Parts: sequence; C-alpha cells; structure tokens
Amino acid sequence: MVLTVHRGDRLADTPMIKLEEVTKVFPGATRPAVEDLSLEVGEGEFVTLVGPSGCGKTTTLKMINRIIEPTSGRIEIGGKDALAVEPHILRRSIGYVIQQIGLFPHRTVAENMATVPRLLDWDEARITQRVNELVDLVGLEEEMLARYPAELSGGQQQRVGVARALAADPPVLLMDEPFGAVDPIVRGRLQEEFLDLHERLGKTVVFVTHDIDEALLLGTRVAILNIGGILEQYDAPEAILAEPVNAFVEDFLGGERGLKRLALRTVSEADLSPGPVVSVDSTVDEARATMSEHEVDWFGLLDADGMLLGWVPENALDGTPLAELETRPFALSLSPHSSLRQAIDAVVTSHARVAVVVDEGRYLGMVDLEGIAEEITE
Amino acid sequence: MIDWAWIGRNLDQIADRTWQHITLTLVSVTLGILVSISLTIVILRWRRSYGPITIAAGILYTIPSLALFAALIPLVGLNATNAIIALTSYTILILVRNFVAGIDGVPAATVEAADGMGYTRSARFWRMEVPLALPVIIAGIRIATVTTVGLVTVSVVLGLGGYGFFIYRGFQARQMTQTLVGLLLSIVLATILDLIFLGLQRWLTPWAREPRR
Amino acid sequence: MIWDQVVAFLQDPTTWSGPNSIPVRLWQHVWISVAATVIAVIVAFPLALWLGHRRRGADIAGAVVNIGRAVPSFGILVLTVMILLELGVSVLSPWPVLVALVALAAPPVFTNTIAGMQGVSRSTVEAGRGMGLTEGQLVTGVEVPLASPVMVEGLRIALVQVIATATLGALVAWGGLGRFIVDGFSQQNQGKVLVGALLVALLAIVAEVGLTLVGRATVPRGVR
Repeated sequence: MVLTVHRGDRLADTPMIKLEEVTKVFPGATRPAVEDLSLEVGEGEFVTLVGPSGCGKTTTLKMINRIIEPTSGRIEIGGKDALAVEPHILRRSIGYVIQQIGLFPHRTVAENMATVPRLLDWDEARITQRVNELVDLVGLEEEMLARYPAELSGGQQQRVGVARALAADPPVLLMDEPFGAVDPIVRGRLQEEFLDLHERLGKTVVFVTHDIDEALLLGTRVAILNIGGILEQYDAPEAILAEPVNAFVEDFLGGERGLKRLALRTVSEADLSPGPVVSVDSTVDEARATMSEHEVDWFGLLDADGMLLGWVPENALDGTPLAELETRPFALSLSPHSSLRQAIDAVVTSHARVAVVVDEGRYLGMVDLEGIAEEITE
Repeated sequence: MIDWAWIGRNLDQIADRTWQHITLTLVSVTLGILVSISLTIVILRWRRSYGPITIAAGILYTIPSLALFAALIPLVGLNATNAIIALTSYTILILVRNFVAGIDGVPAATVEAADGMGYTRSARFWRMEVPLALPVIIAGIRIATVTTVGLVTVSVVLGLGGYGFFIYRGFQARQMTQTLVGLLLSIVLATILDLIFLGLQRWLTPWAREPRR
Repeated sequence: MIWDQVVAFLQDPTTWSGPNSIPVRLWQHVWISVAATVIAVIVAFPLALWLGHRRRGADIAGAVVNIGRAVPSFGILVLTVMILLELGVSVLSPWPVLVALVALAAPPVFTNTIAGMQGVSRSTVEAGRGMGLTEGQLVTGVEVPLASPVMVEGLRIALVQVIATATLGALVAWGGLGRFIVDGFSQQNQGKVLVGALLVALLAIVAEVGLTLVGRATVPRGVR
C-alpha cells in the first residue's frame, strides 16, 4: 500500500504537506530542536527551508519522511496522516535526496535508479523504460547506466541521486542541501537545471539549505527558521526581501538586500534601447551617423541575420566596407534570463557603460544604468 | 578450586618462570624491532619491496608456533635460541606493517612544510616523521608484545615456556591450580606490559593528548 | 640423520593408512577447525550483525580484541580441557578442544563483523532508509555486501588461529596433525616432527591464502 495522491482525491486547497505543531526533542537534550512548528506546503510549490545552524531545518525535513520521528504534533501528507503508515511504506512515495548523495557503491547507476521501483514490484519492462526516461530527464548519457558510482564525478553522482529519488514518480521530493558537496560552477548549473525540472514536473519540493541566496533563488516560498525551529517568516522571496518581518530576518538576509532583489528579476523585464548598432550592409556614413547620434566613439556590428558580430572603434573606419572590418568581441554579454544584478555588474564593468543583450547570438538591444534604474523604481 | 598452599610453596619457581617469560618476550620483541626497523628503511627506499616483505613475514606469521618451534629444531636445537628466533619472526609482520603505516600516516603537508623550511632528508625523517609516527609505531609494538607473551607459553615444548610451564604441568598432573596460575599470570604480564607501553606512548607524544575539557 | 628419519617415516605404510596416518590426522584437524569456525560464526555473527547495524558495540568490539590478544590460546585450550575433564568428559574426546577453539574463533568474527558493518558509510545507509528499504533489506542488500571483505577477513583470522591452536591439541591428548610433532618428540624421531610441522604449516598457509582470495572475490563490483 503506497501513499498515492490523485488530483481528485482531496479538496483543491488541501495542502500537500501539513505540519501541525510539530515538536522534536532529542533524548538528553535540554531544549527542543524543533518546537511547535506549523507549516503548510501546497501542491507543486517549491519551498526552501533556510536558517542558521541549529534552527532545525534538517530535523524538520527528516520528520516529513520520518527518518526522525516527531516527539509530538501532526504531519499530513496528501491529506493523510503520515504517522499512521509504516515508515518504509511512506518513504516509497517520497523522493529523498541528501548532500552526501549516498548512492549504493556496489550497484550500477541503473540499479541505483531502479531501487524504489523494485521495492514497489514494478515489472522489468516498466523499470527499464523508466530508467531510460530518467537518464534523459537529469541530463546524463545512456552509457552511464552501466557504470558504477565511483566512476562518476560529483555532479554526475548528484544527478543520479535526483533521478533515483524521482524514479517512482513520487508527488513529493525532499532535498537536504543536495548541491552542497559540489563546486560552485557545477552547483550553479545543477540549480538552473533543477529549476527547469521543477517547472516541467510540477512536484512538490521541500529543499533545505543554509545558503540564503540559494533559498531565495530556488524557492517559490521561503521559510526562514530561527533556532529551535521557530518560523520567523514564510513568504515569496520578493516579499521577504522587500519587507523582512523582524531584525532576525533582516540580519539573516544579509546586506545588500536591494541587490538581492535585483538578482530575482531578469533583463527581459527591462526596456532595451537599440544602441549604436548597424548591420554589415549599412554604409560607412550610416555608421558615423549612429555614433554621433548616441555620442559614442564606437559602434556594434550585426550580420544579415541580426546576429551580433562585435564592436568597432571609430578610428578603424577608413572607407573599407563594413562587412570587411575586423570586429572586437564584447567583454560581457547578457541573455534575457540574466538577472538585473548581473546587468548592473556588466554595465559597470564595461568601458562604454552599456551591456549588450543577446539571445543565442541574436542581438536584442542594450541596457545602461538609466534603463535599469527605471526598472527598479517602477 | 585453587590450592593456595601450592602457590606458597612454589614462589621461587614462579619467580624463575616469571623471569624466563619476561626475558623471552622482551628479547624477541627487541630483536623484532631491530629487524623491522631495518626492513622498514628498506621499504621506504624501495616501495616495491613492501609486497614481498609482507608476504614473507605473513607466511612466517601464519605458521603455527608449535610447527615453527619444531621445524627449527634440526637447525638450532631445543633451546632458547630456537624459541627466540621463532618468537621474533612472529613479531615482524605486525611491526613492519605498523612502522610503515605510521610513517605513511604523517600528513604530506607537514612533510612538505619541513622540506620547505630547509630540513635535510634525514633530519626530517628522524626529527619530524618518526615522532609523528610514534603513536602507530608504539601501537604496533604493544600488539607484538602482547601476542608474544601468549606465544611464549607454547615454548614449553622446548623445555622453556615461562608461565606455559605451569599451564602444561597442571594438565599433566591434573592440577587445576597450576594451570590457572599459569594462565592468569600470563594475562597479568601481558596487561602490565601493554600498559607500560601505553604510558610510554603517552609520555613520548604530549602533543597528541586530548585538550583538557 | 634427520633426512633418513623423514624418508623412513614417509615410507612407512602406517603413515598413509590406519588410525595414525596422515589422511586421518589431516581430516581430524580440518574438521575440527572448520567446525569450530562455523560454530563461532553461528554464535557471534548474528549479535555482531545487529550491533553493527545499530551502530553500537564499537567499544565492546575493541575490548574483545584487546582481551583476546592478552589471553594465551594455549592456556585457554588447556583450561577448557581440564574443566571438562573435571566434569567427566573423556580425555580422548575432541569436545573440549572444540569448545576451546570456538572460544578462540569467536572474537575475530565478532569484532570484524561489527567493524565491517560500521564501516559502511552512514549516508549510504540513510539514503537507503529514506527510499523506503526496511531495516532487514538494508542489512542484507546494502550493509552486508559492502561489509563482506572485512567480515571475511575476520573469518580468515579466526580460521588460521584455530588451525594453529588445534595443533596444540596434541599436547592435551587430542589428535590432529600436531600429533606427529608431539609423538615425534617423545619418540626422538626428528623426521616425524619435521614432517608434522611442514604439514601443519602448509594447512595454515592454504587456509590463509584461500580465504584471502575469497575475501578479494567478495568485494562487490563497483567498489574494487
């Protein structure tokens, strides 16, 4: 018997996960690790639990799948009492990803992924099909299925960990600092890909992290916990940044909150100006005209399809047709997904005080400080 | 069960056997240490020799003590030399493994720092690596010593035996007291020597002490 | 001189058949060693498995190792035999020797099983538990396979220890290959002693090498 949840099973506004006055006191401890915590997570939400060491975020997460049993309180998953089911049955319908990953070193990648389906007695054909689906889903190559965990890099192992958790298509996914053990570059990629995955799959995710930036980036709602499991603020990232509810939250958010808010908004929201840009089939005079119009000593060059080739300084103009001029690449370019914070950084770094926005090579426009400032003050 | 009177009557025998047991143990362990140090130095120079040396030492270690004593008789006769050669052989596997593991266990960063400060190779070895390897080295010596105390009892077949003499005589005479005395004294001696080496280890490595809470 | 004795011993037909022959003594030695080890496993393994799985008993295991080393196996053998003699068991019976050997084989099996189980990474076990494996499935599917090299090593240490002490069984009126050594002594037959010693040494080495290979083979693929 598995805790399956169907859309029709419960009222539309029943939360997927509900914690009601949950308390955990560890044996021998003088104070509770988590005290009277009440929290609700709606279906499809991505909730990040964040807070300082000792705030009980990991303990709370582990109570949801009863790796740690609550001392008191009520936990409901999909509207049903989680404490009334055998723990191992409960866990087979919840995906669980941990920081150290914990792949079985003596089983192949495919076998690792097939763990829960096997526990649920799926037939071989279904398992094989699912494993092949999963490999694509997490961005790995098929040939990795026959490999052993020791042969994979940290990032690859973590992808297998995520795939393993998703194998039986659980409605809920619990993640405990899953990207903490990999280097920052890989972590950034994993975060982006996981956000994508969440959009596609619509799972309900509870994600624990100690990194406030990660929490704000990933969560649709962020729960900020204080020591002892006290819930200080639980709201959308924008709302928390705009109005932290008390000094603790303010402190925890850290400085430069304004910049953090900018990190949540993208360039696509800003107005782009066309900038001093001409295409290769324009004339040299047109190039000069656009330079003087924008009062700059350089211009950008596009090819016939609108792809950005680079920029050219004024003194390189000597009558040669534009198509034959050597272009220099822009030091930094933004995509429509880049955050406004990255945009400011690019603008400030650039010699010309502008940043180009490019979508897979195609030139979209330029931003400058004014354009960004307008967007902020709106 | 225990005939205390027997103990009272045989105190000088017990003293003699104690002396015998201690000397057999300490001589063998000392020789074992000397041989193992030489072998360790060879291994540290030529890593490839680690395999063959541990295999050879391992073979010697696997041979049951009675068999080894017996096999040495045609070579050296039935005497203390026989016992000592055999007992020494048994220590080599343990000691060499621990000596090498101890040196290997010194953090590479520490070694590099020493080099960077201008230590010569030999100074670095004796003043830096060996002291830091001491806990593991002495642990090996403790294990070897305690094991040897046990094996000395078997040398009773060579006419020696230390406390093994009492163990065996007790069986032959169906006298439980003698056997128990032999067994218990053996355990006591092993424990005392173990504690002495433990104390030595603590004394020699003040930096490894747990910080006071 | 000794060589002649060896040759004479090997040419003697009773060496090869009859109650005092090599095959008979070898069989006694092998069966008692294997039996003692198997019984030790039956006695020690379940408890050690449970303790290791619950991540307890590391201290007990450590204490067991230390005590095991300080107690001379010869002493235990003789003591066990004498106690059982007191209880009326015949001096020619193999049971006292068997009991002593089980007592000597149990500690390494116990200690290594605990050590092997506790050596399995906690995160691997937690991940398994989080996925819904029952405790039993964790033990059989995850912990034991990953702990098996260390556990087999414990078995190896036990078996070699038992073979060595079984040799001493000849000193307490039992049989086994040690019989040739002890009889040879009393008969002043150095050749016999030597042959006995070689046979015992060989048996011990075969057991050691054999179980080392088994140990290597039990390392699960993926962990090699």
